[in-house]
Amino acid sequence: MKVSAVITLKKDVLDPQGKVIHETLDGMGFNSVNEVRQGKYFEIDVKENDPKKAKDLVEDMCKKLLANLVIENYKIIETQ
Amino acid sequence: MKSSVITFPGSNCDRDMDVALTKFGFKNKMVWHNDQELPKSDLIVLPGGFSYGDYLRCGSMASKSKIMNSVINFAKSGGLVMGICNGFQILVEAGLVPGVLLRNKYLQFICKNVHVKVDNKENTFFKNLDKKVLEFHIAHNEGNYFCTNDQLKEIEDNNQIAIYYCDQNGNTNDQINPNGSIKNIAGIFNKEKNVLGMMPHPERMIDESLSGEDGSIFFKNLLNNIK
Repeated sequence: MKVSAVITLKKDVLDPQGKVIHETLDGMGFNSVNEVRQGKYFEIDVKENDPKKAKDLVEDMCKKLLANLVIENYKIIETQ
Repeated sequence: MKSSVITFPGSNCDRDMDVALTKFGFKNKMVWHNDQELPKSDLIVLPGGFSYGDYLRCGSMASKSKIMNSVINFAKSGGLVMGICNGFQILVEAGLVPGVLLRNKYLQFICKNVHVKVDNKENTFFKNLDKKVLEFHIAHNEGNYFCTNDQLKEIEDNNQIAIYYCDQNGNTNDQINPNGSIKNIAGIFNKEKNVLGMMPHPERMIDESLSGEDGSIFFKNLLNNIK
């Protein structure tokens, strides 16, 4: 079963890459952007057919490795 | 005095650290990250470099390697552990020191000499050091120290800030902060002060004719403190 997780920086953490992307977009004429925050996206294929168990497993992975909870939040966005 | 330097795939300051420790009288052993057990040591060093190519987050993969269980147990039982640069990043990812190291504020890799102010000398690493400001070298892309406000309060209450970026006279301010670190923090202790993580490289300052001598002062003092 495939589970996807999105890791994003917490609100108070400075995201210089996001800032530069924002400025570049601005320079390209996309002037309607308020803010850009860059994150990470994972697609994980787990050997598990129960959606709840698969989700729990990926959640555990997020807590222990994929995200650093001091600066990042994680969200499991879909299972299929 | 015995020391061990851990080599991770992608470490590149491990041999420099070996040279430095050996020069000042440590009997040093190199330990591979896939080993389970540490040799008997008075000091464990996690060296600088780019372990696992900095994949995911700097130090995150190395912090889960086999030898780290032993390093964590060694630290928890009061053993001296020092992480330099990537070693500092591994320490924060392993949870041995608080906080995290973000990408440098201006997104540039910084490679230059800096001055650092030693604030707390009530610990084995800096006790009896007769200089307050040391000149070390930094070379990093992710050295921007960050922690939550609650963590910062705890760190300050427990005197866990080891060194600050400063000018040559010891003044700390935003202008001389190279990477955007909170409070100009360049190095930090755990609560018990037996684990030190810092971005600057003392091992690059051990040859008077090639660099400076402040690394020599640091290592000589450290050896005397451990004896």
